[in-house]
Parts: sequence; structure tokens; C-alpha cells
Amino acid sequence: MGEPMNISKIKSEIAKTSSEEVLNSYLEKINKSKINGYSTVYDEAVEEARDIDKNGHDGILAGVPVAVKDNISTDGIPTTCCSRILEGYTPPYDAHVVERLKSEGAIVIGKTNMDEFAMGTSTETSCYGPTLNPWDTGKVPGGSSGGSAAVIASDEAPVSLGSDTGGSVRCPASYCGVVGLKPTYGTVSRYGLISYANSLEQIGPLANNVSDVAIMMDVIGGHDTRDSTSVSQKTNYQNTLKDDVNGLKIGIPEEYFGEGIDPEVEESVWNAINKFEDMGATWEKVSMPNTSYALSAYYIIAMSEASSNLARFDGTQYGYRADGDNWHVMASRTRAEGFGTEVQRRILLGTYALSAGYYDKYYLKALKVRTLVKQDFENALSNVDVLMTPTMPTTAFKLGEKIKDPLSLYLADVNTVPVNLAGVPSISVPCGFSDGLPIGLQIIGKHFNESTILQAAYSFEQNTDYNAGRPGEVE
Amino acid sequence: MITKEDVEHVGWLARIEIDENDADEYASQLNDVLNHFEQLDEVDTENVPPTYHVIDLVNVFREDVARESLTQDKALENTSSSKEGYFKSYRII
Repeated sequence: MGEPMNISKIKSEIAKTSSEEVLNSYLEKINKSKINGYSTVYDEAVEEARDIDKNGHDGILAGVPVAVKDNISTDGIPTTCCSRILEGYTPPYDAHVVERLKSEGAIVIGKTNMDEFAMGTSTETSCYGPTLNPWDTGKVPGGSSGGSAAVIASDEAPVSLGSDTGGSVRCPASYCGVVGLKPTYGTVSRYGLISYANSLEQIGPLANNVSDVAIMMDVIGGHDTRDSTSVSQKTNYQNTLKDDVNGLKIGIPEEYFGEGIDPEVEESVWNAINKFEDMGATWEKVSMPNTSYALSAYYIIAMSEASSNLARFDGTQYGYRADGDNWHVMASRTRAEGFGTEVQRRILLGTYALSAGYYDKYYLKALKVRTLVKQDFENALSNVDVLMTPTMPTTAFKLGEKIKDPLSLYLADVNTVPVNLAGVPSISVPCGFSDGLPIGLQIIGKHFNESTILQAAYSFEQNTDYNAGRPGEVE
Repeated sequence: MITKEDVEHVGWLARIEIDENDADEYASQLNDVLNHFEQLDEVDTENVPPTYHVIDLVNVFREDVARESLTQDKALENTSSSKEGYFKSYRII
């Protein structure tokens, strides 16, 4: 097992050698890698590294390579959502988060593999083929930001960005043994993020440790007028990194430890909670009675929003275009040939849920249930500071195991989707292993209270060693 | 219960051409998922308002002043078909 990399180590490497040398060692490693974590490797990044070496840069990420999920727009680097329909598409502008990274001197080393249009839990629906879990290449890395998590675990990038619509940062962080944060809705601008379900999703960082996640949040967080849901709330995330949970009140929602949970996952999470108690925190059980309805409500809302958001991919302005006698035939064929089956399924279900006669039964009903789920969080978090649950009910499953049965895949998201319905922040941190596969602890906080969950996660990390090692190189 | 014909109709609404050989499988998978969604029927949502947004948002206004945006060339960079500075599409009717 290798030592995990972090931003401060990278910066001292750069000081000793150069940005170019550090970048090249990463590029070499990526070229030899068998895990398929990248959809595009940006070799031209070497020019930017040389420029930083020559002219210097005082940014907090000067010369640090960053991997960016393939649904986040990067000027001049293909951005495809790992879908055939965006084959050959190269954005003419940067997403807000990419602008922020660049202004701090970060170097985008490549785009990471993902489930097509971020719709999945396993990174198996990518048009570039699946990403493999670096801890066991017969297992999935989780999804949909599977590439962003796997490249951290296999040290093919020190930090990365993912997006989280229903768990897509936290699930792969859990399965790959890294740290991943889904910020409060509105904290990070979605300008330049290719929308899947825009009322649910946020961009979030993944890294080997909590400090690097805080550094990344200091870079990408903050108000942006180009996203109308972006809020003007500015936290200094690195200030929250204190090893102190004395008096922290933890809520344990029993509903998150229900049917289907792996006993070893349950045991690891309870060990973590007991560890927090040893460190000075207290815990109590809380009830969130609408949890079991969150999954259905989430999928109805996500699919409905997807059917609208993905209407723009019609072969006219960019991407793949099929032939046809008129626009309707051309667009219908473009979308049939360009979208994979899971994306088509979700668009069809979303279209159905929004169609005349079914709107009240599905979409409106789901929005009302969303209110109840949100109230569960408000009630629970009115008595405690944070909630703790397993991020995923199990460790990483086998490649190919669930992909043929869409519903079984959806059910794996049971502990992550309620968080997106409520819009609260949540972090996944490593808290153990089962058969050599990492287990993740989910820490959920109140709206805009990232500081409390980061401090809890940081304290846990300082007092345990679950992320001290990394899988061996996958040859 | 979604039938093969329903799948083809929804496919038309969504502008996705459904291959006749795939329609049965789609119908069966869609039914599985919709059956699962039926569980929401047991939730009492009388007098519960819908949640469209999770945080308090207000309309964002700005002065109506022209700003720099993508140039025409940049905007057309990714299309497979353009003419005289416009996207060239297929006839719609």
C-alpha cells in the first residue's frame, strides 16, 4: 500500500522539482493505468505547467494537477458526459469552478470517467467503458463520479471534482476509500455543469483527506451571478479544520440502518460513532419516518428534470447527428443512437411522469413527499448538530452484477438521495474495510453548515487511520 | 401498466426512436420502476405543499446592459452544419 498524496506534499514536490516534472509523473502513471479513470487525458497541460514554472504563480493550487468530471465544461478540452451524443464536443468556455481552479493556478490534467450523464451508481454506463475499483478491479468504483474517486485512490491525481445529484460524489468516495463532499445546494455555482437534475445537483470535491476537500471548497465555493440558484454565502472552509468534537451532538437515524445493510458496514459505522463518543461527542437515536419514500420521490423528480434538461441534445447545435428526412426523424434517431439505454430509460420515465394525466400522480406527488423528507431533516437537525449513517449500505459490488436490473441499482442509493432532496451538506469519509474494500461514513449537516461536518470529519481522520494507505498499483 | 404501444408513444413525445425489438424490454423495466413508485400512494400528502426549491431563493435581476458573450464563430464551432453564420437544421414541418 502506498502513502496517499495530498496538496501540501504535491506543493513541496513542485518546489523541489517543477510543476512540469510532477505533472509528467502523473501523466506517465495515467498512461500505464488499467482502471480507465479518465475519459480524456489532457497532455497539453504540460504547457500550463511550464508557464507556471517559468513565470511563477501565487495561487493556493499553483501547479497542482486536478482531475475534473466529464460533465463539467472545460474550454478547449472535450466534455462529453461520457455519452456518444456529445462525441467531439469541446466547450468554448470554462465552468465557474474551472475558472476558479485556474485562477488559483491548478492544472486540469484530464476529464474523469462517469456514468453517462451522471445517471448511475457504478460508472458502467460510460460510452468509454467502465472504470475499475483500484482496491479490487473486479468491483465497480461506485458512481456516477467513479473516475473522480478512482483516480484519487490510485494516485492518478491528488484531488478531483465530481458532481452529486443523488450521491454521485459520496458513493464513489465510499467505494474507493477517499473523502467526498456534497455541499449545500447553492454553495457552488453550477454554471458550466451540464445539467441532469438541476434542483438536486451540486459540484463537490474528492480528495485523500478532509483538509484538501476544505482547500478545494475555498477555491470553488462562493457566489456567481451566472447561476441564479447560487447564494452569496462565503465560508472560510480551512478555518474549520480543528481536532475537536467535544460536545458535538450526533443523531443516528435508525431508518438508515435498515434492510439490506451489510453487517460489517453496520459494525464499522457503529465503531466510528463510538469513536466520536470517546472523543467527547454524544449521540442519540433520531427518527426520520419518511426516509423509505425518499428513493421513489428522488427518482421521479430526477427523471422528470432529466427529460426536460436533456431535450437540448437534438443534433442541431453540437454533438452527434443522425440522418433523417425532417427534424423530427433526425432528432429522434440522433437521440436513439446517441443516448445509452439507461439515459433513454430515465428520459422515457421522466416524460411519462410529466405527461398529461400522470403529472399529479407522479411528479406533483414526489414534490410533496420531498417536503416531508425535508421536514424530517429539519426536525432531526433541530435537536442534534449532525447526522451519521453508512454512506452506502454495502461495499463495492461486482462489475456487471446490477447493470441489467435498473431497479436494483437505484435501490443502492437509499442512504444518499434523501440528502439531495433536502439540499443539506454531506461528507463521506473512510471508516473501515470489509474483505479489503473500503467502507464510508456519511456525516450530514444543516444547510450552509459545512463547517460542522468538516470539523467532525477532520477530527475523526486525525484520530483514526482508515485513509492512511492506498491500494497497490494496478498493473 | 405500460404497454409496448405506450413506450412507443412516450418515445415519440421524448423524440427517441424506439426500436420495435427493444420496446417490450423497456415496457417491462418501466413497469418495474413504476410499480416501485406506487408506494408513494400510501403517503398522506393532503395539505402538504410541493417543494420545488430547497433554499430560499428570490428572483435575480440585473440591469439590461449588453455584455460580452460568445462570438458567432465560437458558438458555431461545434455544429456539423452551419450556413452564413447560422445553425443549419432540418425542415421542421
